[in-house]
Amino acid sequence: MSAADLSLLKSHADDSFTRKRLVAFGIPALILAYVVYIFFAFDIAGLAKRANWDNAITLASDSWSHKVHVTRANSTGEFSYAIEGERKGTYPNGTRPDWVSGTDVITVDLGGDHIVRFLPDQRTAVDVPGYGQITAQAEGRQITTNLGDDIPDWINASDRRVSITTPEGRITITGSKTEVFNYFAGWELFWFTFDSPYHGASLGQILFGAQIDPDRGNITGAVADWWKNPMWRHNEIAWAIGETILMAFLGTFGAAMLALPLAFMAARKFTPIMVIRAATRRLFDFLRGVDALIWTVVLARAFGPGPLTGALAILLTDTGTFGKTFSEALENVDDKQIDGVRSTGAKPLQRYRFGVIPQVAPVLLSQILYFLESNTRSATIIGAITGGGIGLMLTQAIQTQKDWEEVAYYITLIVIMVMLMDWFSGWLRSKLIGRKA
Amino acid sequence: MGPPICHPKGPIMTGITAATPPDLSVIRASYLAQVQRRRLYGSLTLLIFVMLMIAGFNIADDRNAGGFWAGLGQIGDYPADVLSEAWAKRADLPVLLWKFVPALIETINIAAVSTLLGAVAGLIFSLLATRGLAPWPRLIPVFRRILDILRAIPEIVIALVLIFVLGGGPVPAMIAIALHTAGALGKMFSEVAENADLKPVEGLSSTGASWAQCMWLGVLPQVAPNYVSYGLLRFEINIRASAILGFVGAGGLGYELRNAMSWGPGRFDEAAAIFVLLFSTIVLFDQVSSRYRNRLTEGQMT
Repeated sequence: MSAADLSLLKSHADDSFTRKRLVAFGIPALILAYVVYIFFAFDIAGLAKRANWDNAITLASDSWSHKVHVTRANSTGEFSYAIEGERKGTYPNGTRPDWVSGTDVITVDLGGDHIVRFLPDQRTAVDVPGYGQITAQAEGRQITTNLGDDIPDWINASDRRVSITTPEGRITITGSKTEVFNYFAGWELFWFTFDSPYHGASLGQILFGAQIDPDRGNITGAVADWWKNPMWRHNEIAWAIGETILMAFLGTFGAAMLALPLAFMAARKFTPIMVIRAATRRLFDFLRGVDALIWTVVLARAFGPGPLTGALAILLTDTGTFGKTFSEALENVDDKQIDGVRSTGAKPLQRYRFGVIPQVAPVLLSQILYFLESNTRSATIIGAITGGGIGLMLTQAIQTQKDWEEVAYYITLIVIMVMLMDWFSGWLRSKLIGRKA
Repeated sequence: MGPPICHPKGPIMTGITAATPPDLSVIRASYLAQVQRRRLYGSLTLLIFVMLMIAGFNIADDRNAGGFWAGLGQIGDYPADVLSEAWAKRADLPVLLWKFVPALIETINIAAVSTLLGAVAGLIFSLLATRGLAPWPRLIPVFRRILDILRAIPEIVIALVLIFVLGGGPVPAMIAIALHTAGALGKMFSEVAENADLKPVEGLSSTGASWAQCMWLGVLPQVAPNYVSYGLLRFEINIRASAILGFVGAGGLGYELRNAMSWGPGRFDEAAAIFVLLFSTIVLFDQVSSRYRNRLTEGQMT
């Protein structure tokens, strides 16, 4: 090799190194610049100010705990005890939680030596260890307390409303009522509400014990009461999940059935006429481009909210997607098998059925089954827009900003649902077309 | 002396030639029976499938506010209303289109950033979850389950929860889509990385390269075309996702669409402008990314 060759080679190598270096530093620099731009465009710096950390704390603590309300109506002096303050969670007449005692003076033991006493004449006394006793009296709409001017930050007091937040519970006093919230871990009344005879019974008692409800067998009665639990509404949720899966099922398979014949029209091998091919392909592009969001909005006007609208929106979008991939698969089929079937005197439809479909079926099926899983997620989102399925229940529960334990329940169920669909479609695929080599 | 392995063949060969030729009619009958059984199973499966479809359609139809057959006739009404109003005010359309360009940019930005973040996270997770590449092979199942869970949570769940904490705007949508993207891309990346050639990694580690250096210089150059191709596909999907999340309050074009929709007639021209922008954006990015993806995967084949 001569010296001239070497220097040429060297200059080539140098050029290539310079180019590589430019790319190696240029692309990260571009990405960095873009991230900086996003930092300002999305106002990330102001995020901490906009964020509501109280909401985050409520969400984090309420999703796995519940609170029991002890309420005194100041006008009548009557007490009520209710889980989450809901009518469906009210303790039946004459019963109350075991941490409440007394008859004339009702004493609430919040735990950790935090004690609330409901005194006569709408007076309330709160013992907080390390601080002392706080007393408050409601007269009409006016609240008078012994707090003085130096109020710690866990107490929020005005002459209309006093609110005390302790690690053991919360107390709110207004002119009309005094409320004590006592917090406990767990999802209360998840199995049975108070009106069910099975409330408080253990699993062993229900399965093997004496008959609890004279009218029904223990197991059937318990299952029915759990299923129709008015607070957790298990039956409605099961229906909603069924609706979501139904949307995905109808949408995916409906789209596949529509897309298959159309894909033949879009494949060069089966449709020699260019105009038909081009028209079908543009139809696919249009269906895909409009996207499930716009289809949902448009279809909801015609069909009203509900699962059918969601299913049709998925169907239309996926017809476009399937049409495109199916026609690509059809372009790649082997002619030899079709010729072989033709040589037996098969008509066009028979040629498609026995010469083409067996070749493309594995590709088509794995595509369809993959979409079945991904459409379960889409159906959750579309349900939130069009008003159907578990997506709607989740949105409503989040928007009421109250029942975070229900939100946590729905989220758990949604994740399980999607994972099950993922598993199911994988199982079906391995049954139908065998495991991947 | 021949090798002993040949010896047993003799009796078998003679056994075959000595047997009487099998009765063809028996084979034919069993073949026909098999075909018939297969046909029976096939048509039973088809029957069950068709019944499921019909029953499912009827249930969905029952639980929908409006019926399918009644609605079918009205399907064109809303688009016709929107189009006629947009046509009547066609002079304003360019102004309206321009008005919604910032929202469009926000939608695209959400998709781009979340694809970027998700791809980086997915890349790291995929290497941690791939047999042969993972630095801690015992933790592979843990990382795989993390990816499964990230993939299984629909974007809307995270977005709605984050909207409650962080307030409306693009950031909740960005985080929600990025998390899902990390799960989805992580799985696909890991499938690609499984087929990567390990020789460069061995060569690098023999020079004393760290794990990160082995991955960066030994694995990434092999898988980069496929990774970029999957990333582009995900970007297409994320544009749609970001538009949909806007509809539940996460900013961008979807949010504007919901506002325009809630105004009803009189503001249909705004809805039309948003439809046009969204449609053309999705089609544009579909075309561009599919062209690039073809180039990336074709370049790999040659």
